[in-house]
Amino acid sequence: MKRALAMVTTALFVGIIATAAGAAEVRVLNWQGYGTDEPWALELFEAKTGYKVVHDNFNSEQEMLTKLRTSPGAYDVVLINSAFTGQAAEEGLIQAIDPSTISNFDDLDANLRSNPAFLRDGKLYGVAWTWGVTSIGYNEDKIPDPGTSISILWDPAYAGKVALRDDAVEAVSIAALATGQDMNDPADLDVIRDKLRALKSQIKTFWSSEDEWNKEFSAGTFDVAIYWSGSASRSKKAYGLPVGFLIPDEGAIAWLDGLSIATGAPNPDGAAKFIDFMVSPEHYVRWDNDVGAPASANLVATGQLPADAFNRKVLGDPKATANLQFMAPLPDERREAFLELWEETKTYYAD
Amino acid sequence: MTEAKRRLWTIVGLTAPAYLWLTLTIFLPLSAMLFFSFLVKAPFGGREIEFTLKHYDAFLTKSYLQVLTWRSLTLGFHVTAICIAVGFPAAYVLAKQVRGRWREALFLLVVLPFWSNALVRIFSWTIVLRPDGVLDRAAQFVLPGLPTFDLAHSYPAIVIGLVHSYLPYMILTCYLSLQAIDDSLIEAARSLGASGFTILRRIIVPLGLPGLATGSILIFVPVIGSFFEPRLLGGLQGIMLGTVIEDQFTAVFNWPLGAALSFILLLIVLAILAVSWPLLRGVMRAA
Repeated sequence: MKRALAMVTTALFVGIIATAAGAAEVRVLNWQGYGTDEPWALELFEAKTGYKVVHDNFNSEQEMLTKLRTSPGAYDVVLINSAFTGQAAEEGLIQAIDPSTISNFDDLDANLRSNPAFLRDGKLYGVAWTWGVTSIGYNEDKIPDPGTSISILWDPAYAGKVALRDDAVEAVSIAALATGQDMNDPADLDVIRDKLRALKSQIKTFWSSEDEWNKEFSAGTFDVAIYWSGSASRSKKAYGLPVGFLIPDEGAIAWLDGLSIATGAPNPDGAAKFIDFMVSPEHYVRWDNDVGAPASANLVATGQLPADAFNRKVLGDPKATANLQFMAPLPDERREAFLELWEETKTYYAD
Repeated sequence: MTEAKRRLWTIVGLTAPAYLWLTLTIFLPLSAMLFFSFLVKAPFGGREIEFTLKHYDAFLTKSYLQVLTWRSLTLGFHVTAICIAVGFPAAYVLAKQVRGRWREALFLLVVLPFWSNALVRIFSWTIVLRPDGVLDRAAQFVLPGLPTFDLAHSYPAIVIGLVHSYLPYMILTCYLSLQAIDDSLIEAARSLGASGFTILRRIIVPLGLPGLATGSILIFVPVIGSFFEPRLLGGLQGIMLGTVIEDQFTAVFNWPLGAALSFILLLIVLAILAVSWPLLRGVMRAA
């Protein structure tokens, strides 16, 4: 039903823009309110290049793929999470990008711009744009020196002062990082089970939302907790909480969004120019200052943020991106195995 | 039309809409779930239908599921017992001691929790129970120097939240049984020299038993399947069989396992009813 609806709206959308074709346009497919559709940015882009930007939105990765499949030639630029770039390239939904058309390409973090998820047969299919991590938030007032290791979660000094999110994939991923395994396909689940069980005396509670995290953190329920980088930035900036954010040497759970050019894009030149503008410091600095953005893949852009900006101070360190593990789509069986392991572990915690 | 025939038609006419509705809204979805519980995978997205018993087998082979079932049953017993201990006396007072306007006002207070959303009620408990929360501050105000107590994220917090949610059922069902007791029965017992305790034991409890039994079932059954109350209030103690069933539907797309676990819970409830029903009937007949 949803898919049928998506197809109908896409068909309508294609019809509308087809009538307007001829005008120099760049057609963008993205989540709503996610950087590419800031009005000031579109005015700036039009003034610079003469291209008008038209948007269409999706509400899930599957919807995005469906729209690309059902309406080839309708879009120029599409935002794709790096976990799906490979699939889109394999299905022929997006085309290879010549890095030399992106003037800011060399300023992008090398770990991100050459992420294997964006490459296929040595060709580039996505330009690294924004990223974020799930890692460790801690109370700066109570813990002046958190160290650089994920083992802080297991540190007896914080027994009863740790919180995790009640999420099977996240819990298994954390333990996989701590035991040096691939978090998307851990080789030894028994080691992970033992590692998680060892948290029994550490964990005070589970959290489920950003709001709950902030409330419990300010109430002193926990001092060290798994947290999202974007939320940590908000907790600090908008709520003034003493939240420190640690990306340990062992790595962190990361997501990475890239911008790609659709196969059969009517305006490939405009598409490349738009992507170049999106990854430029000019766009990112204003986006983060005025609206609040995820971390940028562009190191120069990050360097132009105010010195105390979360995205510069905490996530701007190239060392932070060195050991990230990026979330990949999980097959059903593995997801079920993770959930079972987590439920078994929680039963052990409750015992 | 004969009198008997007319009666029959009246019964059919008056009850048919209710039964039709129940068939549509309860029987059909339940049958679908029973069917799912025997499938390897939920039959969506053009998957082939394949039958298996592995989800029922999982319950027998995975010990943590049995531990969780026991946790859920224990929770059900605790909540029901507290509801009886608190609800029965309250219902007695409402039925026999209070009259007129006061009774209406007290009734309103009993039903009041039903006017707010269940999730809101549970969330408000998290604010009340945390250290330096409403309860802690009130205790400190009355008895300064009391050590702070922290009930948040604990098993008692789950019990408190659930008792609050389900107590009205017990009060209402007991009230219906108790207010039907003829006052002259109690007066007769008193005039024959029965003590207050004897009256309670020989007259009030046995005659109130139908209400107690109905209330207990209405509370016990949903409590053993509860999931969001334990999750929100329980912290590390928050895992129950209900939360595992919820996870099968929301976190992974494993409807068959979720359905199988639900039916195992249903079987356990039916078994408990089958065992306790003759006992209850015996007590009621003796009265």
